[in-house]
Amino acid sequence: MLFWFLAVALIASAVAVVTAAKPVYSVIALLAHFVTLAVVYVSLSAEFLAVTQILVYSGAILILFLFVIALLSSGVDSFEVGPDRLPKLPMPALFALVITLVAIVFSAAHAFAHVLPVITPTSQLAVGSAAAFGSVATFGAMLFTSQLLPFEITALILMVAVIGVVVLAGDHATLTPPDHERLRAIRRREREAILREGEAS
Amino acid sequence: MAVGELSNYVTLSAVLFFLGVAGVILRRNPLVMLMGVELMLNASNLALVAFSRAWGSMVGHIFAFLVITVAAAEAAIGLAIIVVVFHRSARVDVDDVTILKG
Repeated sequence: MLFWFLAVALIASAVAVVTAAKPVYSVIALLAHFVTLAVVYVSLSAEFLAVTQILVYSGAILILFLFVIALLSSGVDSFEVGPDRLPKLPMPALFALVITLVAIVFSAAHAFAHVLPVITPTSQLAVGSAAAFGSVATFGAMLFTSQLLPFEITALILMVAVIGVVVLAGDHATLTPPDHERLRAIRRREREAILREGEAS
Repeated sequence: MAVGELSNYVTLSAVLFFLGVAGVILRRNPLVMLMGVELMLNASNLALVAFSRAWGSMVGHIFAFLVITVAAAEAAIGLAIIVVVFHRSARVDVDDVTILKG
């Protein structure tokens, strides 16, 4: 029963993200989506992932989105966005496509259910005990022993991201060519100001 | 976890994934397109965690953790690109970004 509530909340918030008029509303809907997804993770006994979901997605990524929205809309008319492609596409066709894909996935999941063994977690330990399925202790033990290589690749990915962001957004003066049009306008205004001063005196 | 329950999770994951795809395809605001990508990555995470629960193996959790890391890196770099590109032009519209045309 809990699953259906969560599923409806997830789909509704995802629809809100896609259809919201302003990006800020999209971010708020995305926050609801991520928090609901964390609840789903808890119900699937993925404790560490639920906490990480809240920390990384709701705490870091969404704040980053909000900062960029604040930066981009700080100008005078910098947040003008043209009409979306939504009206151009025939919506019934899109709806039918989504329904068809869902039907295919659903039937495939049922068809393969007999082939693939579905194992219930063997450990019947209480939730919260260190050795239970999905506990933080088990996760950490796996991450630092059998799955050490992916963990170290993560460090590389994060370093690339940091360097990439610094290179992209760090120093505008050296990276982007000067805006000649704007510079010319500024110089023209300066020249006119000097001329006007000359006339006044 | 019962078989039917697992297919429910997989179907939910597929629906969320295609909502993310719709966000990327239909919207022209680059921020909302990035959020669509986040929706897709989260949908894949949901499938990974559900399968992990069904099989009783925690490797799926590790994989989902890596996906979260990649999503964080992708969001940071994507937003940096958006800021750099739209620092120069007044409009925030992906159709106007033609400076990379060959």
